[in-house]
Amino acid sequence: MPKDGGPSNGGIGAATPRREDIRFLTGNGRYTDDINLRGQAHVYFLRSQVAHGRIKGIDTATAEAMPGVIRIFTGKDFEGVGGLPCGWQVTDRHGQPMQEPRHPVLAEGKVRHVGDPIAAVVAETEEQARDAAEAIDLDIEELPAVVDMKAALADGAPKVHDDLTSNLCYDWGFVEENKPAVDEAFAKAAHTVTLDLVNNRLVANPMEPRVAVGDYDPWNDSHTLYTTSQNPHVIRLLMGAFVLGIPEHKLRVVAPDVGGGFGSKIFHYAEEAFCTFAAKQLKRPVKWTSSRSEAFISDAHGRDHVTRMELALDADHNFTAIRTVTHANMGAYLSTFAPSVPTWLHGTLMAGNYRTPLIHVNVKAVFTNTVPVDAYRGAGRPEATFQLERIIDKAARELGVDPIELRRKNFIQPDQFPYQTPVAVVYDTGNYQATMDKLLEISDHAGFAARAEASKRRGKLRGFGIAHYIEACGIAPSNLVGQLGARAGLYESATVRVNATGSISVFTGSHSHGQGHETTFAQVVADMIGIDASQIDIVHGDTSNTPMGMGTYGSRSLAVGGSALVRATGKIIAKAKKIAAHLLEASEADIELKDGKFSVAGTDKSVDWAGVTLAAYVPHNYPLENLEPGLEETAFYDPSNFTYPAGAYGCEVELDPETGKVEIVGFAAADDFGNVVNPMIVEGQVHGGLAQGIGQALMENCAYDQNGQLLSGSFMDYTMPRADDLPAYRVDHSCATPCTHNPLGVKGCGEAGAIGSPPAVVNAVIDALHRGGFTHVSHIDMPLTPARVWAAMQR
Amino acid sequence: MTRVSMTVNGKAVSAEAEGRTLLSSFLREGLGLTGTHVGCDTSQCGACVVHVDGKAVKSCTMLALEAERAEVRTIEGMANADGSLGIIQQAFQDHHGLQCGFCTPGMVMSAAALLAENPKPSEAEVRHYLEGNLCRCTGYHNIVKAVMAASGQDVSQLGVAAE
Repeated sequence: MPKDGGPSNGGIGAATPRREDIRFLTGNGRYTDDINLRGQAHVYFLRSQVAHGRIKGIDTATAEAMPGVIRIFTGKDFEGVGGLPCGWQVTDRHGQPMQEPRHPVLAEGKVRHVGDPIAAVVAETEEQARDAAEAIDLDIEELPAVVDMKAALADGAPKVHDDLTSNLCYDWGFVEENKPAVDEAFAKAAHTVTLDLVNNRLVANPMEPRVAVGDYDPWNDSHTLYTTSQNPHVIRLLMGAFVLGIPEHKLRVVAPDVGGGFGSKIFHYAEEAFCTFAAKQLKRPVKWTSSRSEAFISDAHGRDHVTRMELALDADHNFTAIRTVTHANMGAYLSTFAPSVPTWLHGTLMAGNYRTPLIHVNVKAVFTNTVPVDAYRGAGRPEATFQLERIIDKAARELGVDPIELRRKNFIQPDQFPYQTPVAVVYDTGNYQATMDKLLEISDHAGFAARAEASKRRGKLRGFGIAHYIEACGIAPSNLVGQLGARAGLYESATVRVNATGSISVFTGSHSHGQGHETTFAQVVADMIGIDASQIDIVHGDTSNTPMGMGTYGSRSLAVGGSALVRATGKIIAKAKKIAAHLLEASEADIELKDGKFSVAGTDKSVDWAGVTLAAYVPHNYPLENLEPGLEETAFYDPSNFTYPAGAYGCEVELDPETGKVEIVGFAAADDFGNVVNPMIVEGQVHGGLAQGIGQALMENCAYDQNGQLLSGSFMDYTMPRADDLPAYRVDHSCATPCTHNPLGVKGCGEAGAIGSPPAVVNAVIDALHRGGFTHVSHIDMPLTPARVWAAMQR
Repeated sequence: MTRVSMTVNGKAVSAEAEGRTLLSSFLREGLGLTGTHVGCDTSQCGACVVHVDGKAVKSCTMLALEAERAEVRTIEGMANADGSLGIIQQAFQDHHGLQCGFCTPGMVMSAAALLAENPKPSEAEVRHYLEGNLCRCTGYHNIVKAVMAASGQDVSQLGVAAE
């Protein structure tokens, strides 16, 4: 379907400028905090300042008498209200379900992390609410906190949840039946390589902090929640069914313009439930706007895995087995999809791009007195890729072979697809040699030696690091994820409403929070019908007018939502052809649609798009006996497999041996995303992912002290990548092997950059150190700050 | 509460403000100009950058009362008189210099201040000048490209040549 050079009507393949940019560039975006309802009150959450404590008393008397205070809520007000649900149940190695603690809206009895909400003060203004919160007298008995995962699993460790048997959420093995064979392969291996590594805890930090506005309408006993969400239908289902007991037809969830998500706005949060609940109690809209400091202690964090990774090779350097043990931090409660991240989104990707026949992944998920951890851009796949791509480099170094050649030797070859991995998933297409070739070309790998020499003359160390990644996107076949413990389906939906004069309103269950759906989805419909994209509007983010959909994450919008859109548009075209056949007094089989015009094959008889659409709504001359009037169709699409984007990333660094400071002097990415609808947007997605991956590798770290105090709780302390920290990127997506099982042949591009880049950066730094003679350094844990690099260089 | 008066985007305005009201809150809540965004509470992110008397200012670092009688320009005042996008805004759209749009108003205001000072900045100068504006979506590549393009420079080779 994609066309070379791109079509002139703004269809598939065109680098169409984004239509949504106009409102964002003129200050006319409408983000949740821009919504102010008549009579709205403001809520401020009083949050725990200790990581673990028993609530002995909450005295609100003084605070309640403060100016503007309307009501103060505590955990007692939520007795009988459900806890925040977890959407994924993992079954452990012994067939037992994971331990699943209650997650109250406001703390009950205990606080379990710094930031756990204890009381909610609702007042006329935000300032009054905050002033009154300061006057609440809290009596909290501080308890010993557990922060380190291994310490949390030790005998006698303080328990985060008194009613659970331990701090172990689950002990998962995959593929458990393969464990003896994997151990045997290690025992027989010619070479084995071991690497202990940390995948550092990160904070997603979309630039827009979370906001929730709850509203209640007594006119029909209905609720509306405006919220910063990536998936309003999911929030409606979870909050309505599990927390507040509000049926869907009485609950509308609106996620208007959302200022970035990166995973952190997938989850159902306490503040959403609170504002919805309080609005009914108070018969007034209730608004909460997170500060950035509050975001650091209330948005779900990402990553935080500690892993021992082992690779076995035969005498010819073929990979024969992989064995990993990971401790994955869940934080104090199970966030919405937390259990799935270190398991099904991580273990199933451990084959990477390679033909390793035997794999065993063990994951111990642990409760600690820290903010809950859940999906962050890539979610499980960056962790798998980091382990693999680091240990392959280490193996190459230990064996004295070229890391690129070691990868090439073990790649799944182009003629081996579809490829059944030993970790359940089947890759449908790919060509990893091609992306590797392309990377070496666009990164000017041939010129590296000369550049390294030039660096050396300046007293700097230059290194080149490579990583090849695969990810599973387009999440996911519902029947499969259901077997794996998902408590939701993962289809997507679209309604195409053709209006009488031919313009089209598309309602999608996907959600854009920066990805540009309003432009790309319109391109798809424009391409299929042959009308101009300007005649098509894409509507998303409001459960009251969009069909039930699961939202946007896991690089699924175009692969799943776009497929639903193709199906719905296909139904529209099929019906429109029937109408055209009637109008043209021809057989339906002879009707052709081209450039927005229906014609009878082999004749000059035709009717244009608007002629057909008008007939559908003014059916004076219409086959009413066979065909309903109107032109509106809905489709739900449930994928038959994941999609498997893959690519090769190359990072070139220059390291100052005096200070340990690393500068990225070149970064190239050769991705296979299958077909591409809007290359400009795809490149932008890769750039953004690379920045987050480079941030993880060099700068970002969410740090707690041993008492569970967050040390990196603001932009003063948590190092966000800035414009002068990052290079210009060279990106390419020409090595396309289209997805075989969705109608657009697309794979998804949103997370790739964040998945492939951290190991490329670390590999480049280790390479630079070895070239500079620091051969004792085999690994440095991220982030590779100057202090860490310098310390590693000291013998 | 005190009545504060200033000129915003060429229009005389006044509204009530507390002594502690920040200029960013005054613009958003007092005047309903919600194009100016607040992305942090430590004056690090730059989403709230506006021009006060011709200078780029993080409006969360200034009290509304301090802007009494000032000339303030916000993102709402950056389009051409006929409503079409100004040169910098147009370059951001042409070069995909925005994704979620949240940092965008501050980026555009900072970029305008940069180009007023330095009409043909190098890539390094753009990156250095924008280091007070955080973006989590774009990786900055296309923002840098947009700003350089808005200054009339050829940006087709950005990132292509190895250093």
